[in-house]
This record gives sequence, C-alpha cells and structure tokens, in this order.
Amino acid sequence: MESYSDKVMDHFRKPRNVGAIDDADGVGKEGNPMCGDIMELSIKVKDDTIIDAKFRTFGCGAAIATSSMITEMIKGKSIQDALKISNRAVAEALDGLPAKKMHCSVLAADALKKAVDDYREHRKAL
Amino acid sequence: MKRIYLDYAATTPADPRVIDEMLPFFTEHFGNPSSVHSFGQETKSAVEAARETVSGLLGAAPDEIVFVSGATEANNTALKGTAFAKRDKGNHIITSAIEHHSVSETVAALKKEGFRITNLPVDRYGMVDPDDVKKAIDEKTILISIMHANNEIGTIQPIAEIGKIARERSITFHTDAVQSLGHIPVNVDDLDVDLLSGSSHKFYGPKGVGFLYVRKGTKLTALLFGGDQEKRRRAGTHNTPGIVGTAAAARIAHESMAEESVREAVLRDRLIKGITGAVQDASLNGHPTMRLPNNANISFHFIEGESILLSLDMEGIAASSGSACTSSTLEPSHVLLAIGLSHEVAHGSIRFSLGRWTTDEDVARVIEVLPGIVSRLRVMSPLFAERTSHGIVQR
Ligand code: FES
Repeated sequence: MESYSDKVMDHFRKPRNVGAIDDADGVGKEGNPMCGDIMELSIKVKDDTIIDAKFRTFGCGAAIATSSMITEMIKGKSIQDALKISNRAVAEALDGLPAKKMHCSVLAADALKKAVDDYREHRKAL
Repeated sequence: MKRIYLDYAATTPADPRVIDEMLPFFTEHFGNPSSVHSFGQETKSAVEAARETVSGLLGAAPDEIVFVSGATEANNTALKGTAFAKRDKGNHIITSAIEHHSVSETVAALKKEGFRITNLPVDRYGMVDPDDVKKAIDEKTILISIMHANNEIGTIQPIAEIGKIARERSITFHTDAVQSLGHIPVNVDDLDVDLLSGSSHKFYGPKGVGFLYVRKGTKLTALLFGGDQEKRRRAGTHNTPGIVGTAAAARIAHESMAEESVREAVLRDRLIKGITGAVQDASLNGHPTMRLPNNANISFHFIEGESILLSLDMEGIAASSGSACTSSTLEPSHVLLAIGLSHEVAHGSIRFSLGRWTTDEDVARVIEVLPGIVSRLRVMSPLFAERTSHGIVQR
C-alpha cells in the first residue's frame, strides 16, 4: 500500500489518546485544505503545561498516525514548547512519511495551534 | 493468513491457460509477423487467428480489430483519431462526467486544441440519459464517447439506445468497454458502436495489450506512425504473445461468461447485503440492478477510505477506494461526486470487485471483519461523534 513506516503503522493500529476531553481547556478543529480531512484536538492545561491531550480524526493512515503522535509529543510540555513542534518534527518522530503524505502532518500541527488559541481565548475570558 | 483479492476491476491475474498459449510465442515462435520468411509467417498467422477469435466474439469482422498496447492507447486513438479525421466536419464532442481518465484527460487535451466538449451529467445511479445525448447534439457534433460500464460504481450505460441516436445522425460513437468485456455480453452491432476499446488484463489476459474495434468505414487518424502494421492504423511490431494471450483470454471468458456472471452476481449481492446489514450507515453506490456482476461500491459514512483500505489490508483483504487521500490529485473520485455524493461520503467509499477466483469464504470473511474495522475508525472520527451527539442518522 502506501509503504508507511512501522511506526506509522503502529500508531495507526493502536492510536494513542483517542477521544475528546470532557472538560477540555482548549479544543481545536481543523480541516486539511488539500484533501478535506478533519482533525479535532482537545487539551487539558495546568500551570501552562499540557497535562492531557486527545484527538479524533477523519482521515488517512498518515493523518491518524500524526494525530496520535502529536498527542504523545505535547503531553507534559509547556504551551510554548508544544507550539514549537512543527509538522516536520511529528513526521520525523514517526520515522518519516511518504512524500505524498507530508501534507497530512500539517493537519496535526494546525489543530494544535487552534487548540492553544482556544485555550488562550478562554483564559482571557476568565 | 490467506490473502483475499477483491480488486479485479484494477487488474486480474492472467489465467494459467492463457499463459500456456502465450509461452511458445516468446521463444519458439518469435518471428516478426511483418517478415516474409517462415519465422514471420508463422507468427503472422497466429496474430491473424487471434484477430479472428476476438472479432468473432464481438460480432465484428477480423479487419475491424486493431491491436494496441491497452485501453489508454485504444481510448486515445479513438478520440484523437476521430477528432483529427473529422475536423473539417465539426469540432463538437459529447462525453460523460464519469469516464475513465484515459477518456476524460484525452478530451481535455482536445479542448485545448480547439474542440468543444459537452460533459453530460449522470443521475444518482451514475446513468447517462440518452435524451441528454440527443439534446446535446448539434450540427457540429462529430463524436460521442460514453463508457459501457463504469469502473468505479459498475453502472451499465444504455449504450444501444445512445448508439441508435448516433447512428441516425451519422455521428461516430465510441464506447470504452474495458470493464464490461469478458464479464457481460458485448456485441458491436447490438450496441451500435463504431469504436470500442478493450484491455486484455481486465479479463484474465496479459498486461500491455488491448484492442480497438473500428467499424468498417469509420474515419480515423492513426496515433502512431511507422511501419504498416494493422493496416497503417497502428504502427509498431506486433506484441505476438500478448495478442495470442488476448484471444485466449477472450475465448475463455466468453465460454464461461453465462455461468460465471451469475456466480459473481450472487456473491456480489451477498456481499452488498451482508455489509449493509452488518454496518450502519453504509450505502451502495451505483445502480441497484444495471450493474456489473462483479462490482460492489459502498460508502461508509463518517470515515475515510484510505484508513479503511489499510485496515482491510492488515486483514489480508485488497480493495480500492474513491477517497481523495488515495488519489494523487487529493480530489475524491469524480465519479462519486458526479452521482451527487458529498465530499465526505465520497471520501469513505470502497470498491470491492470480484472475479474468477473469489469464493463464498472470501465474501463471508469480508462481512465478518468489516463491522469491527468500521466501528474502530468511527470511534476516532469527529464526524461520527457529531452525528451521535446530534442524534442524526444520515441515510
Ligand atoms: S489527511 Fe488526507 S491524504 Fe492524508
């Protein structure tokens, strides 16, 4: 098929952190402009650190794997550090993606930015 | 794990009997059919015998068959060949929104050359309305090209009716019969076509070979120039093993068609019923009855096709998808959009195409594993979550 790396297939088979956090501090929903796939990421934040993250994704194998991977990567990170994670970094953490599938990883990075924006909005409102 | 192949519409394995007939033509009988010596004459007669077989099965005359490299070449030759040959008569071409890319891309190229194109819509079953064809015709129309059966959703078009319309007006009529040949009866007079494309690897023959039927008297400019093979309609040394294999495959498919098409249709219906019965919000695409005996195309709402294919592949099951994620353009299938599916639903469609070696057990296994695959992916899907939280059930 797509010749995905073992890591991608592992995250596709056993995606980590699937779902939505009930009392999330920030939720980001993003559509992929290239193919129309959708990812929703919710985060729980304490003292500016992401203590929990969950995702739901409508998309290809790469989209699901990058979604799963980014939840793992941001957990325990400060908001600032989490925002430094690029889509490239997510792809690298999965031992790479086929060239045709690089655009899928943008979805995860964008959803994260949206979730953080949402979190900051909420905090401002408080 | 036993692997299950349900992608026969993409390609079929060559039948071992076909290979047996081909093999001597790689070694023993290697002569160039264009040579005058005995080596050449031997293979020449094999090519001509193959031509006779193929034409006979189609109800055509032998010299109406032009052997080519496959359906892409056949379709390109039919469209460009007619357009260029009849340029002085007009510049209008009628085709449909659901043609294979080897037709639609060729037509798009002709548009750049100054031809005017009408792309007929289809109804929700993927059917072209012959009345639409009639209405689209004007005094400049030189060519109509409508496929016989659709490769993605299996809908069989009213070709004979369209053929009659074209015949009455002396407009050249081409049909791409790649998916129907060898699976359902195809007769050039019944269908009333002037040009018809076929590809051997879709009916258990070898890859890299096919043919174009050209009704006697049809004006056609060649695509390839060089030697005078195929009565100068297609230059290039004959692919003798491929041509011999084409005839063998066509003959075998013809002999078994009556029985095999019924067998496959029974399995197809079992598969469709089984899946739509076991999985909620799964809907059949294409026509309920006017469809190829081996095609089942199903949309699994709220989830995406590539992830379904990957999950099936993990179970050893091979199928294909109309999802944007599996296409190089990242656009969902133009066929599924043409029948009115939304972007998301088109995204989640899977084509199962059955064939000669598909068994009851294969079908049962797909029905057994699919519900688990679908529900696993739905748990991950934000679209499914929205649907459940709003309590809407889309049909
Ligand atoms: S997210 Fe659509 S192709 Fe990967």
